Amino acid sequence: MNNEVLKEKILAVLPKAEFAPAGQWLTITLPKERIRSYCQTLKDSPELRFDFLFCQTGLDLADQFQVIYHLESTEFRYVIVLKASIPNKENPEIDTVSDIYRTAEFHEREIYDFFGIHFKQHPDLRRIFLDEISDMIGHPFRKDYKDEVNIIER
Amino acid sequence: MIEDTVIGSIEQQEYTINMGPQHPSTHGVLRLVVSLKGEIVTQVKPHLGYIHRGIEKMSESMTYPQIVHLTDRLDYLSAHINNHALCLAVENALQVEVPERVKYIRTIMDELNRIASHQLWWCSFGMDLGALTCFFYGLRDREYILDIFEESCGSRLLHSYYTPGGLMKDIHPGFQKRVKDFIKYFRKVLPEYDQLLTGNVIMQERTRGIGNITKEEAISYGFTGPSGRGSGFACDVRKHHPYALYDKVDFQEVLYHEGDSLARYQVRIGEMWESMKIIEQLIDNIPEGDYSAKMKAVIKLPEGEYYQRVEAARGEFGVYILSDGGKTPYRLKLRSPNFSNLSAIDLLARNFKIADLIAIGGSLDLVIPDIDR
Repeated sequence: MNNEVLKEKILAVLPKAEFAPAGQWLTITLPKERIRSYCQTLKDSPELRFDFLFCQTGLDLADQFQVIYHLESTEFRYVIVLKASIPNKENPEIDTVSDIYRTAEFHEREIYDFFGIHFKQHPDLRRIFLDEISDMIGHPFRKDYKDEVNIIER
Repeated sequence: MIEDTVIGSIEQQEYTINMGPQHPSTHGVLRLVVSLKGEIVTQVKPHLGYIHRGIEKMSESMTYPQIVHLTDRLDYLSAHINNHALCLAVENALQVEVPERVKYIRTIMDELNRIASHQLWWCSFGMDLGALTCFFYGLRDREYILDIFEESCGSRLLHSYYTPGGLMKDIHPGFQKRVKDFIKYFRKVLPEYDQLLTGNVIMQERTRGIGNITKEEAISYGFTGPSGRGSGFACDVRKHHPYALYDKVDFQEVLYHEGDSLARYQVRIGEMWESMKIIEQLIDNIPEGDYSAKMKAVIKLPEGEYYQRVEAARGEFGVYILSDGGKTPYRLKLRSPNFSNLSAIDLLARNFKIADLIAIGGSLDLVIPDIDR
């Protein structure tokens, strides 16, 4: 299965999709508002069936936050990557996909915990790992996070 | 009369108990807040983070050969396989071709690790159900594999045997003979596992139809590894996205379709047979050559992102690296199989008895450091 064929199939259902330069897998960049509609379309389309979200990653880049979705179609074994950018660094927000992919419920709690990205409509958005640490303030995976006691700067 | 009202009110009332963080059947520091109605589970809420070490954050200030040592400490029962994922990601990024000998050794080590991990799962699963004999049998056999590891890697549990580009050291001269002896022995012993536990009526009654999950739900929850394959979800990375030598060896993806605890049990027993088959195909053919490719002293990955998926003993393990061209990653994400598998525990345990929750937890084969990272 080469990427060009897959690209055409995706463009057939998502005519506005923008592709990033070629990497390991076909990558679609999108603004955060479209994430739910893209995921739903990719999952429901009978030609694609991207039904398995195997990894969801938060990223803190210089000018924006990103959430990366690694999707696989268990029927056709295609893999694509969705990159949703969140330009607002003050108050980052994005829609949840936890009702489309149930595994996202935990992954989104983790991203919220580490990056402070709010997932709108998430059923149970609490910190997942760091809620017991009372003196932990803020979100440690942000690049501007400072902790002079616990993090040794090299 | 008074007793009746007391018992009656307990059965009517919904109440909450804490299982863990220090509970032998959670296999580590996992805390489950269980809501009960009588003996029936109405909700399970996992509380995580008791052993969260921030490995992903630590990695951002460490070099790639250093990070290899951290990956051991995720799922410590499949340490080789976790090492493999990171090493492959770095090698693919640098476009280094590792020697054929390394691929053979890595594949064999991975499969030995898988067998050892499933043996320990089998011990503890039996013990969760009250069958203590399993524990001794399983550990007895696992010892052979740990001895093989110790001889070649110098370590029994946290090997850190793989490095980007190859291996730390060549295998011990007696490696092949010992592995072959072990396979010969284990082929004889594995049917005993079935005689001891699989056919046992109590074990069958306690696992058949307990903790069901359908294929669609399994995919949606990211339920991978033997747990996912117990629901008929063909998710073996070795088959569908082969790495190392898995596209050259002949083995079957063990699939069961019932989706209950017994199916997950049978997948793991089946996988031990398949792993032995893979090792037998490779062990006599290890080619001569270097045990490592030539690597630069300081490893710097070119700018870009790299993802590597491997099949760990508990499911799909993934490493995502975003590099800015330096010697440390800008961001490193570890996709751990147990994290996603645990997310379904509420669905699995709901409307079963609390004793079944132990069986379900055992059938998921959770390793807590892998969840917390």
